[in-house]
Order: sequence, then C-alpha cells, then structure tokens
Amino acid sequence: MSGMSRAGWIRLFVVSLLVLMLEVACRAGWIDPVAVIAPTKMAAGAWNLLASGSYTKPILLTLSNVAMAAALSVVVGFAAGWVLYRLPRFRRAADPLLASYYAVPTFIFYPLFIVLFGLNRWPLVAIGFIFAVVAMALNTLQGFERVPQVLRRTAQAMRLSPQQTLIRLVLPSCAPHLFTGLKLSIVYAFIGVIAGEFVLSGAGLGFEIAFAYNSFDNATMYGLMILLLGFVGGLNMLLYSWERRLYLRRGGR
Amino acid sequence: MADALAAKSSRPILPKAALDKLLLLAALLVLWQLLSMLVGAEVLTNPLATLRRLGSLMSDPSFAGHARETGSAFAVALVISLAGGLGIGTLLGAHRLSGEVSEPLLVGLYSIPKITLYPMVLLLFGLGMSAKIAFGALHGIIPVILFTMSAVRNIPQIYLRAGRSMRLTPSQMFTGVLIPASLPEIVTGFRLGFSLTLLGTLIGEMFASQRGIGYLLIKSMESNESGVIIALALLLVVLATAASWLLLELERRVHGRFGT
Repeated sequence: MSGMSRAGWIRLFVVSLLVLMLEVACRAGWIDPVAVIAPTKMAAGAWNLLASGSYTKPILLTLSNVAMAAALSVVVGFAAGWVLYRLPRFRRAADPLLASYYAVPTFIFYPLFIVLFGLNRWPLVAIGFIFAVVAMALNTLQGFERVPQVLRRTAQAMRLSPQQTLIRLVLPSCAPHLFTGLKLSIVYAFIGVIAGEFVLSGAGLGFEIAFAYNSFDNATMYGLMILLLGFVGGLNMLLYSWERRLYLRRGGR
Repeated sequence: MADALAAKSSRPILPKAALDKLLLLAALLVLWQLLSMLVGAEVLTNPLATLRRLGSLMSDPSFAGHARETGSAFAVALVISLAGGLGIGTLLGAHRLSGEVSEPLLVGLYSIPKITLYPMVLLLFGLGMSAKIAFGALHGIIPVILFTMSAVRNIPQIYLRAGRSMRLTPSQMFTGVLIPASLPEIVTGFRLGFSLTLLGTLIGEMFASQRGIGYLLIKSMESNESGVIIALALLLVVLATAASWLLLELERRVHGRFGT
C-alpha cells in the first residue's frame, strides 16, 4: 500500500476533529465528567494501566480464551460448512435457524456451561466458540457454493481425483471466503468472550471493565475500553487489508 | 459431480421443503431430549418440561408487562435502525467520497464488542427505556447502513443517467430508481439488522432495567434457574426464527423480481 488515499486523509481529519471536539467539550465542562471523560484522560488511564502491570494477567487470560475459541470454531465451522454444502436439503431446511442464530444472546447459556465444565475458563471459551462457529460455517458454505462451474468441469475434463480437485481447485477458489470466515471467527470470539466476562465471569478484561464501571472508576474503565477497542480495531484493520489484497489478487470484486 | 446433480434435481417444491423443515425440527427435539437425559434435567430441562415451564411463565400476570416492555423497546429500536440505516446508507452510497471515508470506520464499529460500550451508553442515556433503545439501535443500524451503502454504490450508472435524462427530482430518483434497484441487498441488510437489534435490545434490558425479557433472563441467570433460562431461550429462538423465515422468504421473492 503506497501512501494514503484522499479518503484516508479526510477520515483521519474527521476522526481527529471529533476527538478534539470531545476534548474541548469535556474540558469546558459541557459534558458531565461522570458520564464521559476527556480523551487525553482516557489515554492517560490506558497508559497507567499498562505501566502498572496489574492488568497484564486479565488481558492475557482474555486473549488466550479468545484464541482458543477462535481456533476451535475455525476447525469445527469449516467441517460444518462442508457438511451443509454436501447436504443441500438439510441446509435449506436449516436456513431460517441459521439466519436467526445471532438474534439470541448466546451468553445466556453461561450458567449451563458452568455446570457442565466447572468454574474455570472453559465456559467462556464455549461461549466464544458457539458465537463464532456459525459465522465460519456460513462462510465456508458460501465459498464452496461459489466455486465456478467451469472450474469443476475443467477438473473433470482433466480427470483430477477428488483429493486433487479439492486441493488444487476448490480450496484455492474459496480461499477468500474462508479468510472472511476466519476474520469473523476471531472477531466474534472476541465479542462472545468479552460479553461473557462482562456479564458473569470473575476475571478477564470484560470483567475488569464492568468492575471499574460499578466502582465509578472512569479513568480505569475508559482506559480499558480504549485498550480493548484499540487492540480489536488494530487486529481488524490488519485482517481487513489482508483480505482486500487476497480478493484483489484473484481479480475479483 | 454428484452435488451438481443434486442441486439440479432438488428444486424446492413447497411440500418437500416443508417436510424437510419438520424432519429437522423433529431431529432437533430428539437431540435436545437426549442431551437433557445425558447432562441431567436440572441442567438442561427436556423439551416437554421446558414447554410447560414456558406456559406457566407466560400465564403469570406480570409476564405480559415484561413482554410489552421488550416489544415496544425493540419496535422503536428497529424503526430507528431501519429508517436511519436506510437514510444514512443511501447518502453514503450516493456520495462516493463520504462513503469511502466512513466505510472502514463503520466496519470497525461493527466488529468491536459493543457490550463494552455499554457503560458509556448507560451513563449518557440513564437507566430505562432510552438506554435499551439506544443499545438496540446501536447494534442494528450499522449492518443496515453497510448493506444499503454497498447496494446503492453497485447500482449501474446507466440507471442513474436514464433518471437524470428524464429529469427526475431527487425524491423521485430516490423512490423510483435508487430504492428498487438496490432492494434485494437492502432486504438482506434488514434481516441482519433485525437480528442484531433484537440482540442489542435484550442485552440492554439485562443491565439497564428492572423490566423486560432481558431482565427476566439476567435475574434467572443470577439465581441459576436453568429452567427459566431455557424456556425464555426457546421463546426467543422461536420468535426470531419465525421472523427470519418470513424475511428470508421476502428476500427470495425480492431477489427473484429485482435481482440479477
């Protein structure tokens, strides 16, 4: 990527302007400091958290939970997407269920998982997993479905074996969709784990935010939020630009 | 290949599709029953007991109030998500530069765990109805914006030129060209927006209020009444699935009529 586009500069300008306006409004006392604190104070809070080192453990705990949930959901979601693809009748019947999957707050099952797995990290991993796995499955399915017919016919004409067809042709052809699935899995695992921690758990980043909120510690709360959002946002941007490049290389849209 | 054949031979005729859905439903019920037997009824109540629990829950006189509370918060949030998302999405799609400026920001906002923004929403809107609505709309509006924007952006230039040469006013252009040409994708966005608005509203209720389905959920989570949780989850799954089914049908119809 060479340099920044015009839109990129405008975006930077708009965002900085918004932050500046918020800063001015907070400093001038137009916004109640109980609700929102000035961005510089948020940043200072975030820096203090990192420097003090007392939040390293919850951060690492959350990240490892997310990593496990995402890895599990990528593997299982891929398999599930393949099964859905092979069974079109089943898939059509399950369509409304799949479509409504994300309307139900999955973390309400947290108490069940605690009974099933015990009071440890696995209930949270399970929540991240059930939140992320369907996104991976749906994207895998879409990838398989969108392999152009002409490629499949070419494979037949060249008498490729099923394994060769899969490795040489089907997988490369659906790679962008698989990557989108991977990206969403990571994002959704984050959302699931953090939401679970926020609501019920006694440790982790989400819990610390809720704890700081309940004890009116705005500097810590906004500091943690900034750290979390910065991390997730940065990860997203990385994956997003990677994905763009993948699509571009295929000459697709 | 076999699946190409299968795709050709199984064009959906209604009775068969309906039969498949019934079969799937039966299989899910059996699975649920088995799972319940495996982990124990006090952890996961079986289907029949859950239905009975749901029945007694719904016949409780206070339930109607909770349901009405959730319903009205959801309805307002949905209207804000759909109308706001449609308006903003159309503007951003029609004006290329502002679309380019805002798209990465919106995608970023869409993919962060919005639950962490909850304290801020609460502090800004206070406890009660407005916080729930704000949280529902916050979840739902972004996918609607994103889908509308991409739909409007992908409208073939020639439609716009034809509209201009016919001297359509901006509002005629909006209702006569932009909306019909982008309808299929917009309906997909609406479907996503619907699900996420419901999710957001429920999460909002979990913390911001003393009423509503979300409040019932968090209360039974805290007292570990798994029977109530499962019963409410069943209610939500059934409602959301029914709505998604309707929207999917609508989507299929719209795609058939306007889509490529």
